[in-house]
This record gives sequence, structure tokens and C-alpha cells, in this order.
Amino acid sequence: MSDKLDTDSRSEQTGDEKQDTQEKEAVVPERTEEAKLKAKYPNLGQKPGGSDFLMKRLQKGQKYFDSGDYNMAKAKMKNKQLPSTGPDKNLVTGDHIPTPQDLPQRKSSLVTSKLAGPENHVDSMDAACGVQDHN
Amino acid sequence: VGCPLGEEAVDWCLYQLNGAAQFEVSEADIISTVEFNHTGELLATGDKGGRVVIFQREPESKNEPYSQGEYNVYSTFQSHEPEFDYLKSLEIEEKINKIKWLPQQNAAHSLLSTNDKTIKLWKITERDKRPEGYNLKDEEGKLKDLSTVTSLQVPVLKPMDLMVEVTPRRIFANGHTYHVNSISVNSDCETYMSADDLRINLWHLAITDRSFNIVDIKPANMEDLTEVITASEFHPHHCNLFVYSSSKGSLRLCDMRASALCDKHSKLFEEPEDPSNRSFFSEIISSVSDVKFSHSGRYMLTRDYLTVKVWDLNMETKPIETYQVHDYLRSKLCSLYENDCIFDKFECAWNGSDSVIMTGAYNNFFRMFDRNTKRDVTLEASRESSKPRAILKPRRVCVGGKRRKDDISVDSLDFTKKILHTAWHPTENIIAIAATNNLYIFQDKVNSEMH
Repeated sequence: MSDKLDTDSRSEQTGDEKQDTQEKEAVVPERTEEAKLKAKYPNLGQKPGGSDFLMKRLQKGQKYFDSGDYNMAKAKMKNKQLPSTGPDKNLVTGDHIPTPQDLPQRKSSLVTSKLAGPENHVDSMDAACGVQDHN
Repeated sequence: VGCPLGEEAVDWCLYQLNGAAQFEVSEADIISTVEFNHTGELLATGDKGGRVVIFQREPESKNEPYSQGEYNVYSTFQSHEPEFDYLKSLEIEEKINKIKWLPQQNAAHSLLSTNDKTIKLWKITERDKRPEGYNLKDEEGKLKDLSTVTSLQVPVLKPMDLMVEVTPRRIFANGHTYHVNSISVNSDCETYMSADDLRINLWHLAITDRSFNIVDIKPANMEDLTEVITASEFHPHHCNLFVYSSSKGSLRLCDMRASALCDKHSKLFEEPEDPSNRSFFSEIISSVSDVKFSHSGRYMLTRDYLTVKVWDLNMETKPIETYQVHDYLRSKLCSLYENDCIFDKFECAWNGSDSVIMTGAYNNFFRMFDRNTKRDVTLEASRESSKPRAILKPRRVCVGGKRRKDDISVDSLDFTKKILHTAWHPTENIIAIAATNNLYIFQDKVNSEMH
């Protein structure tokens, strides 16, 4: 207990010193973090803001489907069993022929947004709130 | 511990909360944009499911003093649907990236909504009268037996329950190869711009089959790509000026009168980097996620991963003010890179008088900075900490050292609870905060009690 008190009072007295250390340490956190990252991923590119990372951003949403491959695959279906998609539907490898069924089906929302549902009016939280009828 | 902001202390209290409870969240419900219209009477939200919900503020009523200022659902519609571009093998999300209101010019309201590829102009009209007394049709619209029609009558307009109709008036498609991140209506009210990662187009609101490219930063060789456009906005008063921000942290002010293609900027706003701070993360955290002109048009507000900065249009060398949003994340950058949070795009907002700026953070925290008093406050948008009409208690993140009661440590922050989208009413102290699938509306307690 008394040790704790001592520490507190010590840090007050040497407030300036502590601040200096903190300032020096403040410069370091990003470098420390960088070192951690490089330790985990030694192959990480030198220019993080460069081509690779930006290209990934530009290619968001890219899925691959080749109608030629699909039709060839359909024709060959009779003769041999084709490998089906693994757990990761997004991964298209050389062995796997993508088919329209593999592309994740995204249905549009037929359901109304819940924001438009019964509202939680702060002042009438006890009473039931009705859905707006003029929609 | 309550930090007064502005000339009088602003006490924020929860006014309204919309949306389902946490355990019912589906991806489609995640709010992706929030925007007040020019008067603040309407508030629009867009979500990942491509839906738009418009709220309308209840006008003052002496009969129900507590319902003054409530934002009730006015209309909701499906703005965008998911698409698949077979030619490019590209999946196009229906998520609404941005909504911008057009200034109101007649009884109808109009807004632009955009997903990654297509911008749409929606017209919102009210119908409160209906013609009755047709000669050939009965009340249900069925054709009458002509033998029963013996006299001619003139249909009359009778009042009916208010019906809000939303129709798509224009669809601006095929203008963008890359993903649209911003739209901005020009002060001339006739044109608007849309920006994607590499290009900015100028459209006329009435013309959908043509757009004019005003910025193109696509390099001849894509291997040379070093920078993308992250946000852009027209100047609020000068119809010839616009700004766009980049992933390298720079802002470019362009003048459409200077040249047709604005690849060459009029002004370049860039803060020189401190070489001693340079690290692997430097460029990523300097990427500007949002840029907003002040209402006065004199300043610009930018948000990058760790700070918000105020820039004076007259000074290109550095921002005039820099505010730390969550500097304690500097020692977490490695894990934030691994879980992709370092790429989160936070927005920022000015209050009506340009004296206070606001931005979101993690753990459902949002921050406000008073430019005059230099005070800042951290508030939380959560069901647990928001009692009806109670004043929001400021939150504090502790970074080791002395820990006060109710402080939260950096390691306890929930990085899945991010407040990316916030909006401030154009004139009053009313803010809309999107916390994942929930919409919080906070008001200044004084404001809400005044009537």
C-alpha cells in the first residue's frame, strides 16, 4: 500500500522527467507496431501505400465467371465429377470451374428497413409506438 | 467533468433512437450514410441493403410539447439493388454510399443517392388530396355499368390521408469504372459531381446520358498508381470551386474556370511529413477519409485515421488546427492493420456556426472539438448509457497511469462498434449518429426544453 503511495508522489515530483520520456516514447509506438507487423509478415511490401494495396481497393467486388469454362464444364459433367467449391466460395483456383451457382446470390432487400419500424421515442418508451401509416 | 462547449455549455441528451436491438442486426441494416437536408427538416439515411429512410421533423405543437422536434419516419424506399456486371465480372453492391439533398425549389423534395456505380435522383412528393366522383369509374376504380350513368358530374378534390410518394426521376448510370465515393451538388443547383477512386465527373441534373470528366488521375501505366481520390466536395458558394482529397493525405482545390480538365490543381494543401515519425503506417493513416467545407466557405475540415484537421483556404502549407481523435491507437496500429480497421473511413462534420467539429470513433464513441475554447469531449451512443432526456456523460479512455472510475481502457475498446457516419443539423444543436444499425438523434437539452 505504502509503495503505491510513494510511486504516486514520485511521479508527481518528477512530472517533467516523465513527460520527456513520454515524448520520446510517443515517437516510437508506430515503429514498434511496424516491427511487430514485419515480424509476423516478413514478406510485407516496402511501399504499403503503393500499387498492391491500392489495386486491391480498386478491384473490390471482382468475381470471376467465365461462360466458356462453364459450358465446357457442363459438357464434361457427364464423364467425370468436377470438384465443387470449397468452404471459401470466393476463392477461384485453377482446379475449380466457377459456375453461376457458385457466385453468391445477393437478393435485394424485400424487407423494409428496421429504422422505419416502430420507433423508440425516448419520451414515450412506456407506450406502444405505432408504425407510420402515411407510408 | 462535463466539458462546456461553445458560448453556452451544450448538454447533449438522447432524443430518439431508431433501429433494432443489437442481436437482431443483419448486414443489410447497417447504416451507411446520414444526411440532413438544407433546412434540417428532413433527415435521410441509407443502408447496406440499398434502402433509404427519410425522417421528418415534427413541427412545433402547443398540444404536444414533448413531440416538438421529433423526427418521424416520412418515407422509405429501395434505392439501389445488387447487380452483377457480367462483362467485367464485377459484383456491384447495393449499399448506399452517399445521399445528398438538392436545395428545395418547389413543394417537392429531391435527393441524390449513389452506390458504387449508379447515381439516382429521387423526387419526394406529398399527396393529400384525391379526386372523387368520376363518371365512368366507381369508388374502387372499377368501371361502372354504363346503363347506371344518367348524369354528368365534375370530379372534386377531397382531402385524404397524407401519402408520400417517391419516384426515381433520373438514373445516372455508366459514368464510373471505379467505385463512387462522393457526390456533391453544386451551388448553382443545376449540376453535381460524382467522384470515384480515379476520376471525377460533372453531371447536369437533367441530363443522364452524358457527363463531363473534370479530373482524371489514372496513370497511363497502372503499375505507377500511387494515389487515389478519397472524397470530394463543391464549395458551398463558389460554383467554380471544388476540392478533392487523396489517399496520401493531400487536398486539391480546383477551379473549373481555369481549365476544362482540372487535373492541375489551383491549390495543393499538404502538411509536410515529420520524417522522424515515418513508419510503414504513415501513408495509410494519413489517407483522408472525408473532406467538408465549412458553412462559411472559408475553411475545410478533413478526417484521417487519427486526427481531424481544419484548413484555411488561404494557407496551403499546413492545417491551421489539428485535433487528436484517438491518439492512443498509435500503439495498436499493428493489430488494427491486421483486422483492417486501419482502413475504416470516418466522416466529420461542422456545426451550423463552424465553431464545433464532430467525428466518430470506436466503441460507439464520438468526439466533439470546440474550436474557440479548445475543449473536446467524448460521448457515447449506446442504449445502456443513454437514458431518456438525461444528459450524456462524457467518456474517457485511459492510457495507463491514473485510471478514474468509468474510464475505459484502450484494450477494452470494441472495434466492431464504429461510428463512421454522423451529421449535424444545419443550424441547430441536433446531431444524428449512426451506430452500426441504430440511428441516434441527440439534442441540446436547452434546445429541447425551450418550447
